Amino acid sequence: MADYNHELLCVLSGFGGQGLLFAGKIMANCGLIDGRQVSWMPSYGPEMRGGTANCSVSLSDDAIGTPFITKPTALIAMNQPSVEKFAASVQPGGAIVIDTTLAMNGAEGVELADGVEVAAFKATEIAEAEGLKGLANIICLGKLWSLTNFCEREVADAAITKCVPPKRRHLLEPNLRAFQLGIDA
Amino acid sequence: MKGNEVLAEAAMRAGCRFFFGYPITPQTELAAYMAKKLPTIGGTFLQAESEIAAINMVYGAAAAGARVMTSSSSPGVSLKGEGVSYMAGADCPGVIVNVQRGGPGLGGIQPSQSDYFQATRALGHGDFYMPVFAPSTVQEMADLIYDAFDLADEYRTPTMILADGMIGQMMEPVLLPPERDLSTLPAKPWATSGSRMERKHNVINSLYLSPNKLEDTNYERFERYEQIKEKHQRQELMSCDDAQIVVVAFGAASRIARTAVRDARKKGIKAGLLRPITLWPFPTKAIDELCDGGASSFLSVELNMGQMVQDVRLAVNGRASVDFYGRTGGVLPTPEEVLQAIEKVAAGEPVVQSAEPGAVGSLLPHPKHRKSSYERGE
Repeated sequence: MADYNHELLCVLSGFGGQGLLFAGKIMANCGLIDGRQVSWMPSYGPEMRGGTANCSVSLSDDAIGTPFITKPTALIAMNQPSVEKFAASVQPGGAIVIDTTLAMNGAEGVELADGVEVAAFKATEIAEAEGLKGLANIICLGKLWSLTNFCEREVADAAITKCVPPKRRHLLEPNLRAFQLGIDA
Repeated sequence: MKGNEVLAEAAMRAGCRFFFGYPITPQTELAAYMAKKLPTIGGTFLQAESEIAAINMVYGAAAAGARVMTSSSSPGVSLKGEGVSYMAGADCPGVIVNVQRGGPGLGGIQPSQSDYFQATRALGHGDFYMPVFAPSTVQEMADLIYDAFDLADEYRTPTMILADGMIGQMMEPVLLPPERDLSTLPAKPWATSGSRMERKHNVINSLYLSPNKLEDTNYERFERYEQIKEKHQRQELMSCDDAQIVVVAFGAASRIARTAVRDARKKGIKAGLLRPITLWPFPTKAIDELCDGGASSFLSVELNMGQMVQDVRLAVNGRASVDFYGRTGGVLPTPEEVLQAIEKVAAGEPVVQSAEPGAVGSLLPHPKHRKSSYERGE
């Protein structure tokens, strides 16, 4: 397994509106709370107006060079184009979370590096069944956390609490529940 | 916070109370943040009908003594050129932010540094320069815009923050500078703020029909430029103490170069990084000292076709070799590509510019683009 306590280079990718930039922001805040070097870099082109949106989150003990990640150690992919675009670049021993509700083929047909761990499950379906529509992103994040333990659990909860804006406080509990669902999935 | 938002927040903390702009990717978050917050602290945010209108509003507010700024991205900054020249001609301080994207023309919207010439040479017509700051982190977005306002007021000149789409769009931790007490801002006795019949009225103007008078004002302005060159060259050095090969890179490119230099050191190559923080004045003194210290090769790494190479060559003044590696159009080089370029320099081989990392091509540009369609007989 990659050494996530030293460095996590994660790409989060899916359709615009699936909340991956927000999930990335939570991840970045985990690093911030831990006092690590952090960067969060979104795709800001036409992707934001529909199509595949992604962001790169780096958490590191060393100064971060480019915030664009070309060799991720972790990936959350919530649609098929994202799997096709990024899965093969995940480094040996890395982790991939795929939401197979939309990315129905999972990592099928993709040549993965050695020792890459893949968790493919229907996150969006789970979210809808649990009354957590729109929180598949957080379910996936919980799953990735359980694979990589990139921070302490309390830190993750604190980061979620920090990222849910005060005027949407009623969404905090569902977000925390979604994170746990991801861990259990 | 995003780099663009940090620029806006830090500008307000530095005392900026007027913002005039026109939206363009990838700097739009800056204006959006200003639109939300500036009116709540007694400032004025105005989305102008065009970039040209915006810069002339900046000129007007500056003439009246306000701390004022505008922001745009490459094509929009071109439109502001005329107004910036007028501001320089009338000695009006103000801050212009350029969050660069690829060019020329409408170009693209991905990060680029291809406005280096425009920023450091000729943003508008006439005999003038303006100080240019190049942030490489979100933290520096905050620190440098604060400095940019102070320098602008001190020397009565427009100043520029030359950022790029990468630094503008990314989020990083940041410590915001303190809120500036507005009463500590420098007095501007020259400003057209209303004489109340208590003093001779001030005139802000860039028109001098007498050649001698115009020459005098230009001489006086260049004396100020000399002081800026003397006192305000800024740079960061990394592992330069015993460096034989010095990579010169600013902004986004310097982040990539930093990783490459670190990797080169691991391979036993005596490489260092000089990161200009001010592009004008260019840190010539630091380069001179590196030459004194035994640096024999410089490698300029940029997100353009090699615009800063000229300044590196002028500063090196024949005392060391100068090579270039860069990508353009919004493409970012990987640290591995830059490392390869460093290794080429170390081996005394020509640095290969290529659109395909690791491919062996000719010097400048990629072989498939080397002949124009005219040359190919098309």
